[in-house]
Amino acid sequence: MSAAASEITVKSDAVKQMPVEQPHVALRGITCVFHSRGRSLHALGPVDLSLTKGEFFSVVGPSGCGKSTLLDILAGLNPPQTGTAQFEGKPIQGVPDGVGVVFQEDASFPWLNVHDNVAFGLRRAGVDPAEIKRRVDYAIGFMGLKDFAAAYPAQLSGGMRQRVCIARTLVLQPRLIMLDEPFGALDQQTRLIMGDELLRLWRETSATILLITHALDEAAMLSDRVGVMSTRPGTFIDIVETGWDRNRDSRVVSTPHFGDITARLWEKLRVEALKMMSTSETRSS
Amino acid sequence: MRRFGGTAIVILACIAIWQLLYLYVGDSALASPLQTVEKLSVLLRTGDFWIHVSETGRAFVLALLIAVLGGIALGVILGLGRLAGDVAEPILVTLYSIPKIVLYPLVLLCFGLGMSAKVAFGVMHGLIPITLFSMNAIRQMKPVYRRTSQVLRLTTLQTALTVIVPAILPEIISGVRLGFSLTLLGVLIGEMFASQRGLGFLLTSAINLGQIDTIMAIALLLTVFAIACNTLMMMFDRHLAHR
Ligand SMILES: Nc1ncnc2c1ncn2[C@@H]1O[C@H](COP(=O)(O)OP(=O)(O)OP(=O)(O)O)[C@@H](O)[C@H]1O
Ligand SMILES: [Mg+2]
Repeated sequence: MSAAASEITVKSDAVKQMPVEQPHVALRGITCVFHSRGRSLHALGPVDLSLTKGEFFSVVGPSGCGKSTLLDILAGLNPPQTGTAQFEGKPIQGVPDGVGVVFQEDASFPWLNVHDNVAFGLRRAGVDPAEIKRRVDYAIGFMGLKDFAAAYPAQLSGGMRQRVCIARTLVLQPRLIMLDEPFGALDQQTRLIMGDELLRLWRETSATILLITHALDEAAMLSDRVGVMSTRPGTFIDIVETGWDRNRDSRVVSTPHFGDITARLWEKLRVEALKMMSTSETRSS
Repeated sequence: MRRFGGTAIVILACIAIWQLLYLYVGDSALASPLQTVEKLSVLLRTGDFWIHVSETGRAFVLALLIAVLGGIALGVILGLGRLAGDVAEPILVTLYSIPKIVLYPLVLLCFGLGMSAKVAFGVMHGLIPITLFSMNAIRQMKPVYRRTSQVLRLTTLQTALTVIVPAILPEIISGVRLGFSLTLLGVLIGEMFASQRGLGFLLTSAINLGQIDTIMAIALLLTVFAIACNTLMMMFDRHLAHR
């Protein structure tokens, strides 16, 4: 375990030698408009956002405000209508190297067992088998899937399938990890524990993490900063600095500071949630 | 075990109906199950018969290979390009609904008498259903699979071979099961109308000579072959469904 961890650290140290002032991820004036069946839908923006290297950033916002759309743009899956998006100083065109994504939907491959699912990306990238075995075994253990390495996704719960997808992303050692509501299918206790695992992973790899979540406590406990989005078209209406120590874990939930952060997040989000409720009421009446 | 018993009952019932039908219409139109099996065992012991079987077998295997590989490739390409698929689907369905036998003279003109015409006619029957099945399977595939292959930065070929084909394999097998019997039909019809060799040719000459037991023996052989292959594919399909 420590061998794997130190190697990951060495690798990311090399990246750290970039100019410090340059943000790891930079979005300027990003908007996204969807056109379908002659109608256009302004889904996102304008959004400005800079993430520093190694930061843990969370995005919270009402359903349908454009969080997944934002992730697609960062992952190079969907070009924005206006604005510029940069990763490590280069404009994002297509999926950049060094970006890992865990989608909101279950993306595990039902025709592969857990082990082969996790190894999938590495095999396609032509990594040598001994190295694949080392990284896959480590990630499977890390995600608590050791007893299920030979099981197929159909035999797993939704939460475990999501962990398979996380492991499949981790083994590629991305420098930017984006997760779209990865713990949505989990119960509260498991969510907190998985949060601790995510923090551990973040410390070990020193990757930049962008987490999309609808759980305010999750965002408050895990993040360095939390971005609060408005209803559609989503823009950042507040960015909250948590000021946690890098060695934090789920026990921070019992501190008064945690209460302050969640309160501030909820204060902003409540207004947006109410707005959304009222627009859907006027629409339905 | 119970499924096995069910199959046995169905087979026995078919034989009983066949026997009854034979007793009703008589020797002039039908051979009895016993006569048919006897004739088949005689045929299987003559060298000439095997020449015809291998001729049909070769034509069929070749046609099936082309229909399956071509159908999957076409289906994947059309399924991936949304627009191409939208345009192609009605065209394919229309093409397929043309009675293909009217095109057979054209096929003969293009390929001449012999192996290639039979193969072409078999492919004409089997290719389009397999294409349609694979195309629709891709369109119904979970979009997140393709997005995953994109973020894993797979090449187009890797995406096709390691994500798309496995994802749609159950539907491909259904398409192949259908394509299988249609290709066999195509090859046999091709042989019946213009060939000097093969089981189709044997059938035509038996019809002309009024050899009812030969007709029935060949039909029995083909039925057993088709059912056996179909059962194998169904077992494979079930095996996949368990994963
Ligand atoms: N491909 C698309 N075509 C048309 N509209 C789309 C498309 N993708 C998303 N939308 C619309 O854009 C808006 C934002 O969608 P998005 O998925 O980004 O929301 P979200 O914030 O992730 O929501 P949730 O929290 O429910 O996941 C929604 O109104 C959605 O209907
Ligand atoms: Mg979403």
